[in-house]
Amino acid sequence: MPVKIEVKNLTKIFGKHPKSILDKVNQGWSKEKVLAETGHTVGIRNASFQVHEGEVFVIMGLSGSGKSTLIRCLNLLNKPTSGEIYVDGENILDYDKKQLKKFRQEKLAMVFQHFGLLSHRTVIGNVEYGLEVRKVPREERLSIARQAIANAGLAGWEDKMPNELSGGMQQRVGLARALANDPDILLMDEPFSALDPLIRRDMQYDLMELQSQLQKTIVFITHDINEAFKIGDRVAVMKDGVIEQIGTPEELLDAPESEYIENFVRDIDRSKVYQAKHVMFKTTVLVTIKQGLKTALNEMKTNGISSVFVVDSERRLQGIITIDDTVAAIKEGKTLRDILRDDFFTTDTEASLQDLIPKATDTKYPLAVIDENNKLLGLISRVSVLSALV
Amino acid sequence: MDSFPASIRFELGVYVDIFVKWLYTNFGDFFDAVSSVVLWLMVNIENILLWLPWWSVLIIVLLLGWRFVSPIAGAIFALMLVLVGSFGYWDHMLYTLAIVMASVVISLVIGIPIGILMAYSTHAQSVMRPILDFMQTMPSLVYLIPAILFFGLGKVPGVFATTIYAIPPVIRLTDMGIRQVSKEMVEAAVSFGSSSWDILTKVQLPQALPAIMAGINQTTMMAISMVVIASMIGVKGLGMEVLIGIQRIDVGRGFEAGLGIVIIAIIMDRISQGVANRFKIPS
Ligand SMILES: Nc1ncnc2c1ncn2[C@@H]1O[C@H](COP(=O)(O)OP(=O)(O)OP(=O)(O)O)[C@@H](O)[C@H]1O
Ligand SMILES: [Mg+2]
Repeated sequence: MPVKIEVKNLTKIFGKHPKSILDKVNQGWSKEKVLAETGHTVGIRNASFQVHEGEVFVIMGLSGSGKSTLIRCLNLLNKPTSGEIYVDGENILDYDKKQLKKFRQEKLAMVFQHFGLLSHRTVIGNVEYGLEVRKVPREERLSIARQAIANAGLAGWEDKMPNELSGGMQQRVGLARALANDPDILLMDEPFSALDPLIRRDMQYDLMELQSQLQKTIVFITHDINEAFKIGDRVAVMKDGVIEQIGTPEELLDAPESEYIENFVRDIDRSKVYQAKHVMFKTTVLVTIKQGLKTALNEMKTNGISSVFVVDSERRLQGIITIDDTVAAIKEGKTLRDILRDDFFTTDTEASLQDLIPKATDTKYPLAVIDENNKLLGLISRVSVLSALV
Repeated sequence: MDSFPASIRFELGVYVDIFVKWLYTNFGDFFDAVSSVVLWLMVNIENILLWLPWWSVLIIVLLLGWRFVSPIAGAIFALMLVLVGSFGYWDHMLYTLAIVMASVVISLVIGIPIGILMAYSTHAQSVMRPILDFMQTMPSLVYLIPAILFFGLGKVPGVFATTIYAIPPVIRLTDMGIRQVSKEMVEAAVSFGSSSWDILTKVQLPQALPAIMAGINQTTMMAISMVVIASMIGVKGLGMEVLIGIQRIDVGRGFEAGLGIVIIAIIMDRISQGVANRFKIPS
């Protein structure tokens, strides 16, 4: 994946004369010391990372760790004290006023924690705002805005005022407003934190759904590790303005680099992080549909298993046969096709273990992991689903 | 008795006189230009008001009251105006209305930009705040002096004095209204690549509108309260009638004219408040 955003050695200090403090910060003065002796606040200290195109990059950390400061540097709502930010290879800190305006209008859009809707404008008035400042003709922008509202599931609410909507709906307006601009990059600063848990789950789900279609580059901030691991392709964990570790959810779970991160991941529900692809095993113990019952019986006997999956010559899943049925069929002179069963479960590679638990408890066969062409990719033993939970 | 020593004497008044004279000799043309613009505005407003048939004024007030306050209020306002007319003060009322309207218009044209400037620049705010405080605590009578000096007697100094007296609320409330706009809202607008002009006209002013409307209401009320005083420098209207009532100790006449002013004040207050309420932003 090409790199979309590259941040190099980014430092942000708040206060009257941030540049004058830079040396001290680089020498490693702690945030407390800098504040006590100079009255300046260190927002971010020497952060470097890359975000790839089409990736959901999550920034996570406790309150005050500098997450907002960091994301706000990406559209220069905060002016970095030092460092470089490349978007599509261009250092946005070199932009003049006009270029910056164009960059904000076309490249990225932001979704805010408290929505940031214009309370004097209707829903559609809000959604068309970004297009309006880009001077898109009225008819055109209204039709784009209407479509964006419909995509956000708010058709029919166009002429309502924001205060007439629930929090979840207001954030959908925020999202529609951002997407109406068709930006490459979405910046989302704790977009769901102000919402009830149930609504929040819906919104997370909808965002993931949307992302699978749109493939935007998303920088997403949260302080909720479950949210981070659910939607993030990669997660950066911040502490006191420093990025402590960057990795996929599994990497952070399996190899936390500091106690801070260990504490974070301790109460994560592993079943939500692990996906089918992490626990499946690739098997060669299979029977093709053309093979005879004797071969199948032999396969099961040598491997000490009581059932085996049946595939065709292209490894597409046809069914499963049990050892009991096979023995009986051989006696009765039936064929393999006669005893094919379909009372097993299949799953795709992305399904979380959480979703597999009910299936695993409900069957006596392994779960079959297949791709969209019904091709068998691997198997998941019932034991591995249930044991990953502890 | 030990009185204050005559030797300690600082004649501030002399210097003020000198300053004003200096202003006048150096900026005489400027004052003339201002004077002709204000006069043009005044005369036009007056002419329009006087041109309107009396019953059409009643209908306008009735409809405005109906729409922005309540149907009953509209009817009551119209009846109140009939009362003023029956005192024989119809034209006087229109003169008064004209000076109030002219002063309010000028106050808005000057005051809203100043308010915006104050909201944008803490520096400007710290300069303007004491000036506004000063203007509001100064007895209104004092404004007549520079008004006469610069513009002589008549309508123009009347409008000038009234404007100076009435302008602070609209400035203050414009400033306050813009400063109150939620930071996140402005940032959202910035993040979409808005220009400064977009931010001002599409976010800050619409958001500040309720506050600005409240400022307009207060400015209007202050302008009305200035009309009696402005009549001292020759502004025709209800204020002048009150003044004549006082000078001749004619209680009846003074009372009628005074009641006329109160009626105008009530009507303008209610209607402008009703309009302001229309601009309230649901939150
Ligand atoms: N405009 C500002 N002026 C001064 N200090 C600031 C400013 N904005 C942020 N800070 C400071 O920078 C540090 C990081 O703040 P930031 O808002 O980025 O944290 P956060 O991780 O987003 O926290 P939260 O989860 O509470 O939103 C904090 O110590 C904060 O006080
Ligand atoms: Mg934050």
